[in-house]
Amino acid sequence: MLLIHCPYCGETLPELEFAYAGEAHVVRPDPSTASDEQWRDFLFIRSNAKGPHAERWRHIHGCGRFFNAVRDTVSDRFLATYPAGTPRPDLSLSEDER
Amino acid sequence: MSPFRVPGRGRIDPDRPVAFTFDGKRVEGYAGDTVASALLAQGRHLMGRSFKYHRPRGPVTAGSEEPNALIGTRRGPGRFEPNTRATMQEIWPGLAAESQNRFPDLRFDIGAVNDAAHKVLSAGFYYKTFMWPRGFWDKVYEPVIRAAAGLGKAPSERDPDRYAARYLHTDVLVVGGGPAGLAAARVAAEAGQRVTLVDEHAEIGGTLLSEPQARIDGQAAWDWLAAERDALAGLGVRIMTRTTAIGYYHQNMVGLCERLTDHLETLPEDMPRERLWRVRAARVILAQGALEKPLVFHGNDRPGVMLAGSAQTYLNRFGVRVGDRAAVVTSHDSAYHAAFDLHDAGSAISAIVDVRTAPEADLLAEAERRGIAVLAGHSVTGTAGRLRIASVEVAATGGTGPARKIACDALLISGGWTPSLHLFSHTKGSLAWDAERQTFLPDRITEACHIAGAGRGFWGIGAALRDGAAMGAAAVAALGGEAGARDFEVAADRAGSGESRTELPRGRAAGKSRAFVDFQNDVTAKDLRLAVKEGMRSIEHVKRYTTNGMATDQGKMSNINGLNITAEALGRAAPEVGLTTFRPPYTPTTFGAFAGYHRGDHFEVTRKTPIDGWAEENGAVFEPVGQWRRARYFPQGDEDMDAAVSRECRATRASLGIFDASTLGKIEIVGPDAAEFMNRMYTNPWTKLAPGRARYGLLLGDDGFIRDDGVIGRLADDRFHVTTTTGGAARVLNMMEDYLQTEWPDLKVWLTSTTEQWAVIAVNGPNARKLIAPFVEGADLTPEALPHMSVVACRFDGLPCRLFRLSFTGELGFEINVPARHGRAVWEKLMAAGADYDITPYGTETMHVLRAEKGFIIVGQDTDGTVTPYDAGMGWAVGKNKADFVGMRALMRPDLIAAERKHLVGLLTEDGTTKLEEGAQIVLDPDQPRPMTMLGHVTSSYRSDAMGRPIALAVVMGGRDRMGEIVHIPMEGGSVSATITAPSFYDPENERLKL
Repeated sequence: MLLIHCPYCGETLPELEFAYAGEAHVVRPDPSTASDEQWRDFLFIRSNAKGPHAERWRHIHGCGRFFNAVRDTVSDRFLATYPAGTPRPDLSLSEDER
Repeated sequence: MSPFRVPGRGRIDPDRPVAFTFDGKRVEGYAGDTVASALLAQGRHLMGRSFKYHRPRGPVTAGSEEPNALIGTRRGPGRFEPNTRATMQEIWPGLAAESQNRFPDLRFDIGAVNDAAHKVLSAGFYYKTFMWPRGFWDKVYEPVIRAAAGLGKAPSERDPDRYAARYLHTDVLVVGGGPAGLAAARVAAEAGQRVTLVDEHAEIGGTLLSEPQARIDGQAAWDWLAAERDALAGLGVRIMTRTTAIGYYHQNMVGLCERLTDHLETLPEDMPRERLWRVRAARVILAQGALEKPLVFHGNDRPGVMLAGSAQTYLNRFGVRVGDRAAVVTSHDSAYHAAFDLHDAGSAISAIVDVRTAPEADLLAEAERRGIAVLAGHSVTGTAGRLRIASVEVAATGGTGPARKIACDALLISGGWTPSLHLFSHTKGSLAWDAERQTFLPDRITEACHIAGAGRGFWGIGAALRDGAAMGAAAVAALGGEAGARDFEVAADRAGSGESRTELPRGRAAGKSRAFVDFQNDVTAKDLRLAVKEGMRSIEHVKRYTTNGMATDQGKMSNINGLNITAEALGRAAPEVGLTTFRPPYTPTTFGAFAGYHRGDHFEVTRKTPIDGWAEENGAVFEPVGQWRRARYFPQGDEDMDAAVSRECRATRASLGIFDASTLGKIEIVGPDAAEFMNRMYTNPWTKLAPGRARYGLLLGDDGFIRDDGVIGRLADDRFHVTTTTGGAARVLNMMEDYLQTEWPDLKVWLTSTTEQWAVIAVNGPNARKLIAPFVEGADLTPEALPHMSVVACRFDGLPCRLFRLSFTGELGFEINVPARHGRAVWEKLMAAGADYDITPYGTETMHVLRAEKGFIIVGQDTDGTVTPYDAGMGWAVGKNKADFVGMRALMRPDLIAAERKHLVGLLTEDGTTKLEEGAQIVLDPDQPRPMTMLGHVTSSYRSDAMGRPIALAVVMGGRDRMGEIVHIPMEGGSVSATITAPSFYDPENERLKL
């Protein structure tokens, strides 16, 4: 069972408290201007990354907040978690530089 | 005492004889024996039959890696376990053990005809043999294969035992209680760490139990062990025996299965049989030792052939000589010591056959001193003996001399040692080939773990102790503590070296050699070569084609030999070919251990409404809806469901029905932006809905498909009472939170689940208003003040109440929301007051029929995640002038407005009596060739009391343009024809709502 750090609670807690919520940084286009292709991509097209993958989780049995995480899909390791609405951290930088 | 028991040897208790049965015959052993050691003490090696060829087999090991000696164990009704390792099962008075995979008995087994037919049962025989003729599969091949397949009998009765589960947090978890693990635990505990030490055997000690000759720091091994055990206990180390580390999971979580009662004569009350531990350890030290590798040669599977180290264990730990006259064949030094120990205990050693040309001089000297002949540079080319080995055939390797026969009743084999790195492999830690030690050793470590002792290729007790202490210190250092290295003075240690071999040189044609690699699955070296010849290149393909390593021992005995032989056949180096993946569990683990407490009533939560108790007392038949249990119908007398539902429907339409709707999901949406949030979530417009009014709301996904629905009341400008489907409540709230938090965080809205706060009683029927009027205070119930689709906060029988006027039945209806704890009291008062109106409680089945008569959809039954509002004929619920709502943009996509989409329609069977099957497919022409073109399917189907005939809802391609057309529903008994109608059958003008 994974341990996941909730960026809102500031605690590392068992996976049981969390729910996966799909890929992160998928922007919902403005429905009044989005083309069919843009809406299709928003609905269905995902990166399916092998390696670091930005994704959303919800601390559903805790604070209830949605947040983002970078998880390596090969090793199933969390590399970082960060609040919703903030950009994906550059993991090539050290923790202080980010 | 039997002649094979050596007085004074072993850790069994000679003062405590223990009798058990094997295949119904009484066997006597001693406390401390396993089934295997007790049988071996009787001179008996034959304990099982192999899976495919039914060849007679005896134990090759003394531990959990045993592939052959698998037995069934029984302890009264329901307590039967197949495939138990005889080498691990401790005996207790009354234990009933039986052999398996034989008929009629172990000595004479009819299934052994497979052995004679081995030429057609080679690798991949399933794929080759059972292909033709095609028609034979269903009637002939499959039933025969099914009857023959499977190892051991599955128990047929309910398991009366209980299983427990616990969590444990520890600083250092040491897996394996041999010298390395003991030293590591000692160092870590002395440095103040919380230490847990686990071992799968009945007692800790590991190799020390099999090598009492060693002296550690001047003490005899077993004295040192006893002192060490006391010292660890004194330091607070949690020592868990009979506990197998079955899997190593992420972030240092290790699963342990602790076996608590399988060795006991009487079961302590209230003790679980097994306990599954989830251990989160800051550091893990894997000290699991090494497994001895068999040699591969013709006839290496006869009963009596045993790993040399295991023979040494039987002698030293159990006091059992495995034979009177043993031969040895080895490529490693360690087998010499087993031979010497056996010789010194009174067995004759007929020869030590060493496949190496130049064994160590001191070993040769020791052999000579005992008068044991050593045949260096020789190989075993065959064995003889039916149910027990009788002789071995020995020839000089590469030489020209004739083979000679050496008589024996046991053959000790050793192909060297393989570090036991299964748990390490679970972590995706990589292995690297070590040319010097001729084995794979741990390479890249991915978790917070250390490997100690033989797992790192350190053979011998002294090396294991020193490495264990070093790894214990490393773990302490990693945790920020301090611990130094420790040295141990070990005398009479038996570190040795050896060579890794593939199949031994043969004395016969390769095709005639039956040299077993995987004993349990009967995979031979020839099978592996055949797989390569037939095109398998990856070791994973070779494994699956031959089933090598796929038996219940997971290849503990066969993996390395299989790899070496396959690599040789491929003409590549073993490290290039690589190993197959090890997966948890390390040894077969009971379903009970994994299920733990989650069985029976504890398998899943059953949610009950406040009125559930009344329903139960009044004979309701229940059905599960999500996690809820809901009253389905209330039969009277000997009514069946159809009769009860007809009566409930009739009573509701004629006068008054009452229904427990408490399971409806309820979400309170509050805040200055509540109406805007509603506008964006639901398809409908909400801005102009006045407080006090309610509206049917439709919720889509952003893909445009219906997700949920429900009636939503506006209580105030900034407050909505949303209802959802029973099963959808949590999903809907999650979806709302998602959009609120991540798409529109600027909206000032708060969402609260109130599902369990309100009990909801629905009253429906022409007399509904008359029933509730006397209870209501603070609300005007006239149709003018409280029209259809409205809500009012009032008091009901003095209780705070949200009273909805709405209808899911087509009748005048109210939903009374009162605080949940008062639900049953209000229900009972309504039942009493309703006697004047012949009030009738109804369940979900009647609710379904009544709504279907009106054509109201059930999300998830009439929709399936591919239905848009337009498909469902609910375009009226879609706000046309909104800037955005979830799903709006998708509804404009070309494929969602295509003409040939499936539409929700009604279906009336032509004969007026046949009820269609829900899920049945709909076609235009029932005589068309198969596969037929399917237009859609039946989604809801009931007998309608009001219509006097069966009715159905269906989704049909272009259905709204096919009104009046006849379609066909092919069923097993013939095709049924039906007319397409509008999806509303009863009171289509809604006259009955206008009361």
